[in-house]
Amino acid sequence: MTAIVGFSSTEFRIALRNRWVIILTVTMALFALVLALAGSGPTGTVGADQLSVTVASLTGLAVYLVPLIALLVSFDAVAGEVERGTLGLTLAYPVARPAILAGKFLAHIAILAVVLLVGYGVAAAVAFRLDADSARGLSALFRLTWSSLLLGATFLGLGYLASAFSRHPATAAGLVIGLWLLLIVLYDLGMLAAIVADDGGVFTKVVFPWMLIGNPADAFRLFNLSASEATAAAAGLAGAASTIMPAQALASLVLWPLLAYGLAVWRFQRIEP
Amino acid sequence: MNSLTIERVSKSYGAVRALDDVSFAVEAGQTVALLGHNGAGKTTLIKAILGLVAFDGGMIDVMGAPPGSRAARELTAYLPENVAFHAALTGREQLGLYLRLRRQPVKLAGELLERVGLAHAADRRIGTYSKGMRQKVGLAQALIGTPRLMILDEPTSGLDPIARREFYSILAELAARGTAIMLSSHALTELEARTDRIVILSRGKVVANDTLAGLRRQAGLPTQIRIATRPGAADEVAQRLDAQGSNGRTVEFSCPPTEKIARLGQVAALGPLVDDLDVVPPSLDDIYSHFSARADQ
Repeated sequence: MTAIVGFSSTEFRIALRNRWVIILTVTMALFALVLALAGSGPTGTVGADQLSVTVASLTGLAVYLVPLIALLVSFDAVAGEVERGTLGLTLAYPVARPAILAGKFLAHIAILAVVLLVGYGVAAAVAFRLDADSARGLSALFRLTWSSLLLGATFLGLGYLASAFSRHPATAAGLVIGLWLLLIVLYDLGMLAAIVADDGGVFTKVVFPWMLIGNPADAFRLFNLSASEATAAAAGLAGAASTIMPAQALASLVLWPLLAYGLAVWRFQRIEP
Repeated sequence: MNSLTIERVSKSYGAVRALDDVSFAVEAGQTVALLGHNGAGKTTLIKAILGLVAFDGGMIDVMGAPPGSRAARELTAYLPENVAFHAALTGREQLGLYLRLRRQPVKLAGELLERVGLAHAADRRIGTYSKGMRQKVGLAQALIGTPRLMILDEPTSGLDPIARREFYSILAELAARGTAIMLSSHALTELEARTDRIVILSRGKVVANDTLAGLRRQAGLPTQIRIATRPGAADEVAQRLDAQGSNGRTVEFSCPPTEKIARLGQVAALGPLVDDLDVVPPSLDDIYSHFSARADQ
């Protein structure tokens, strides 16, 4: 336990010193602010409150940014220590290997929480100024926040996994960028292409919903947009996606961090520094 | 009692035999130097002792515990080769983490840094440290909790001569209190006075394991004798000693260890013709070259 506290406080301090925390927080806050202001027009027409509209926009932002932030703070976790030679040293101490990753994870998820609270907080403040009725969207905002942390936890785990497969941080950085492109950008494009080619066949009706659920980012988007009527209305959600129950998307969101983190620990146990 | 016992340990990476039937032991209070070329297997052996890499055959015992076990790690300190701590942390913070991992009070960091001569830089970031200062941080963490076994991989690289001397005096203190120390080094000459035993690895094999005096005897390398003669007497001295080289005032020759005393007697018999005399035994460098060259054949 002391070891976990030691690793997490050290890791958090490093992130503060490296200005990662401040850079990511400012980036997130700026994006959130722009989205909150840009989305201030159409509330009347869809019959949703301003905050629900903002949450719908933030969901779209979070799908891209949260995995990116998580991968950025995690890619160095193992490979960096291998390259500096500190991993061999740390492993020579009487410490259980999983405690090292657990300490880093706690620090990284805390960083992510700070970034998200500030970013979403700024957006919520704007929404409340624009529309006094925004309190109706608070539950959606709350849901967005904790589901963002689950999504972030998934990509922290994947970042550690990529890092534990690399001997150098540069390799790990390349791997996580590839991972992000694959899971966040190409996956959706690929499915879109498949749907067009399939033209309403078996793929669209049977395979596609499960592929959406299977991808943590898509599950996150579906869960947040379908869980409340207001956000669903604001996002104009319809078609295949609406056939998926929020419960299934939630299950995917909860299982993914466990899977990713479990794989990272499994790989980390086998490293010979 | 042996603090560290290595018996017939082997390890292969594919077709390369990194360790080949390696056996030796380090007793409590003993300092053993591990010598070898790059790639001779020193670092692999060190990692095997720490339980960081698995080995194929043989046995390693660390104070009655298997390598890498919690009991072994509790008692063992390690200083890796070329360790680079995170640049964003201060020396005090970095040591604080390692103190925590050994469940020691974090406030001991100041004391440890003072012991290795880094008190003045304790609150500066490690990124601003010189190589020697970083090495001192590494040494400071190895001193936490007075370990029973210290494994040091190239511990003095980057240290200036004064820091080296201080480093070896800290090691001597620890050894006096019963810590077994195994260190690897390239700086051969500095090890001469400071080790109880020398183990030479070559291509994964132990080619020598003895005290320095024992290695000298085994190697049978010639001793160099250098005489400064009275002005103008060099030729006469060279002739009477049946020596080869002579240039003005100096006569120099080498002789096998068995003839050393007899030859010195001859020199002494020259009386006033001799001004001064140097006897240069083969250095550790010579002995090391001898054993590794022999192993290569």
